[in-house]
Amino acid sequence: MFRFSEIKKSFLVALWLMFLTFPIMVIRVNTIYKTIEWRWERMFMVGIGAFFLSFLWRYLHKKKEAGEKKAEEAGTLPLAQRLIKNRQFSIPAAIGLGIFIIAFPFIFSMYQTNIMTTALIYVVVGLGLNIVVGLAGLLDLGYVAFYAVGAYSYALLNHHFGLGFWAALPIGATFAFLFGVILGFPVLRLRGDYLAIVTLGFGEIIRLILENWNAFSFGPSGIANIPRPGFFGMDLSLSQSITYVYFLMIGMAIFTIFVVKRLQDSRLGRAWIALREDEVACQAMGIDKTRTKLSAFALGATWAGIGGVVFAAKTTFINPASFTIWESIIILCIVVLGGMGSVLGVIFGALVLILLPEYLRAFSEYRMLIFGATLVTMMVFRPGGIITDVRKTYKFKGLKDKQPTV
Amino acid sequence: MKPILEVTNLTKDFGGLRALDDISLTVGQGEIVALIGPNGAGKTTFFNCITGIYPPTKGDVAIIPPGGKKIFIKGLKPNHVTQQGMARTFQNIRLFQNMTVLENVMIGRHCRMSAGIPGAIFRNPATVREEKKVVEDSYGVLEKIGLEQFVNEYAKNLPYGAQRRLEIARAMATEPSILLLDEPAAGMNARETKELDDLIVRIRNQEKISILLIEHDMKLVMSLSDRIYVVDYGKKIAEGPPMEIKANPAVIKAYLGEELDA
Ligand SMILES: Nc1ncnc2c1ncn2[C@@H]1O[C@H](COP(=O)(O)OP(=O)(O)OP(=O)(O)O)[C@@H](O)[C@H]1O
Ligand SMILES: [Mg+2]
Repeated sequence: MFRFSEIKKSFLVALWLMFLTFPIMVIRVNTIYKTIEWRWERMFMVGIGAFFLSFLWRYLHKKKEAGEKKAEEAGTLPLAQRLIKNRQFSIPAAIGLGIFIIAFPFIFSMYQTNIMTTALIYVVVGLGLNIVVGLAGLLDLGYVAFYAVGAYSYALLNHHFGLGFWAALPIGATFAFLFGVILGFPVLRLRGDYLAIVTLGFGEIIRLILENWNAFSFGPSGIANIPRPGFFGMDLSLSQSITYVYFLMIGMAIFTIFVVKRLQDSRLGRAWIALREDEVACQAMGIDKTRTKLSAFALGATWAGIGGVVFAAKTTFINPASFTIWESIIILCIVVLGGMGSVLGVIFGALVLILLPEYLRAFSEYRMLIFGATLVTMMVFRPGGIITDVRKTYKFKGLKDKQPTV
Repeated sequence: MKPILEVTNLTKDFGGLRALDDISLTVGQGEIVALIGPNGAGKTTFFNCITGIYPPTKGDVAIIPPGGKKIFIKGLKPNHVTQQGMARTFQNIRLFQNMTVLENVMIGRHCRMSAGIPGAIFRNPATVREEKKVVEDSYGVLEKIGLEQFVNEYAKNLPYGAQRRLEIARAMATEPSILLLDEPAAGMNARETKELDDLIVRIRNQEKISILLIEHDMKLVMSLSDRIYVVDYGKKIAEGPPMEIKANPAVIKAYLGEELDA
C-alpha cells in the first residue's frame, strides 16, 4: 500500500507546481477593461493533476526497479526476444506478416501505401544510422546530410545527364559513402558531445550550400519532375507506380536488414562494439581506431544515400527544406526510441514515429510536445528503447565435450 | 642474451611535470623484468609511452622480434605497436564489459585476421573459415589462462581476479613476443596471487613470451623477476637482480617505511 510519506511527497510537488504556475495559470489581466481575473479553479486543477502525475511517476519507477530485479534473478529475455525464440508463435506470425505486407497496397488506399513507403525509407535510413550510433557509438547529428547527397545525386544526374533511377541508385550510394569518408576523416578525431556538435554543423553546412549555391542545386526552389523508378521501360500509372515503389522499398528494407545483420556479426562488427565499449583498450588490442570508425560512418552514410535516392524518386520533387536538422533528429529518435543496436527495434521505431503522426493529424499541433514527453519518459523507464537490444553473442559450442578434460 | 625491447633515454613531460626523466631499459628474450617504484613514480606513464598511447617527449623505443629485425616503434599508433608484437594489460581494468569473455579474446585476435567489408557481407569461404578459427583459437587462449569455465559469461560478471586474468588472455590473443603487465596482482588475494605467479612463469616458459611487469606486491616481484628496474619521481634509481635491489640503499630510501623483504 502507499505510505503516508509518499502522499506527502506528491502533495508537496502539487503545492510547488501550483505556486510556480500561479502567475500564468491564475492571473489574467484584461487590458481592455483594465481588470484582473482570478481563475482559482485552474490552480485547483493544476494541483490535482500534479498530485496524480507525481504519484504515477513514482509508482512506475518502483515497478520498473522491481521488474529489473526480477529479470536479473530469472535471467529472462525481454518479451520481444522470447516471442521470436518461440517457434509456435514466430512461424505463423512471420507468415501472417508476409501476407499482410504483400497484400497491403491492394487492400489499402494509395495514400496509405505512400505513407507506408515513407516509413520504409526511414527503416532503411534508420538501420544505416544504427550502424553509426547503435553499434559504433558515434553520435552523428548531421546524418541527414548524406540523405541529401543521395537525393541530390539522383536529381542532378537526372537533370543534367538524364540518368535513370537504377543507374543513379549505386552512384548515389557511392557518393554518400565517399562523403562519409571525406567528412568523417576530420570529424572522427572527436568524441561524444564534440562529435555530435561538429556533425550537426556539417549537416547544416551541406543544407546551406544546397540552399545558396543556385547554379549547382537550384537553391530553395529545388528540383522538380524527378522521374519515378522505371520498371523495364514500361509506362506505369500513378497507382501502379506507387505500388511498385512500395515493393521496391520492401525489397530494399529486407536487403538492408540482411546486410546490417551480417556486418554486425563480423570481424568489423565486433570491432565496432568494442570501440563503443572502450576506445583505448580497443586500440591497445590492435584495432585501427580511425579506420574502424570511418568504416562505420561511411557505411551508415551509404544507406542514407540509398534512402535519399528513393526519396527523390518517390516525391519527384526535392528542395533543401527536406533536409533540415529535424530530419536528423527524427532519424536519431527512431534509433534511440526503437532500441539502439537492435534491428527489430529500429524497424518498430520507424513505423511508430512515422506512421503515428500521420494518423494523429488531429493532434499535429502537439506533435513535438508529445514527441518530447515520450522521449523523456522512455529515457527514464526504458533507457534501452522499446525493443531492448539483446545482442547475439558468440558462443563456444564445443564446451560440453571438452569439459571432462578440465 | 638478445634483447627484445630496447628503450633508450625516454623522457616524458606533462606540461611542467617531468613524469619520466631519461629512462633506459632493456628486456631480453625470455626474461621476466619488473618495473617498480612508489605510487606516482611514472611506471604506468612509461607503459603508455612505449605502447604509443602517449607520445614520448624524447628518447627511442625499439622492439626486436625473435629472428627479426629491429623496429623503431616510437610515434607509432597503439594498434601498430600491438601488431609489431608488444601487447599490454591495464592497471585499471579496461575490459569490454558488455561483451562475453570469448568475444573479449576474439577482439585480441582482430589484428591477426584479414576479413573486410566484402567478406562480412558475402561470407566467402575464407571468411567463414577465419571466423570459425577465431572462435577456436580464442577458446584455446582461454584454456591456457584457465578461464574456459567462463567462456560464455559477460566480462562484467566475472570475479575480480578472473577479470585481471582475462586482460592477460586478451593481450595474449594478439600473439605478442613481449607482454607488458600493469599491476596484474592488484586486488588479488594470496591464493590468486600464487596462481598468477605460476601463470606468468608458464607464459614465459611455454609460450616463449618475454614479460615486463609493474607490481607493488614485493613478494611476487622478488620471486618472479630475473631483473628489476626501480623508478622514483620519473628517474631510474636502480637496476639489477632481486637480491641486489633488496640491499640497495637508494631503493630502501625511496620505499622508506615500506617492507621490501616481504
Ligand atoms: N595524462 C596525464 N597528464 C598529466 N599528468 C599525468 C598524466 N598521467 C600521469 N600523470 C602524472 O605522472 C605521474 C606518474 O603517474 P603514473 O600513473 O605513471 O604513476 P605510477 O607509477 O603508475 O603510479 P601507481 O603506482 O599509483 O600506479 C603522476 O604524478 C601523475 O599525476
Ligand atoms: Mg600505475
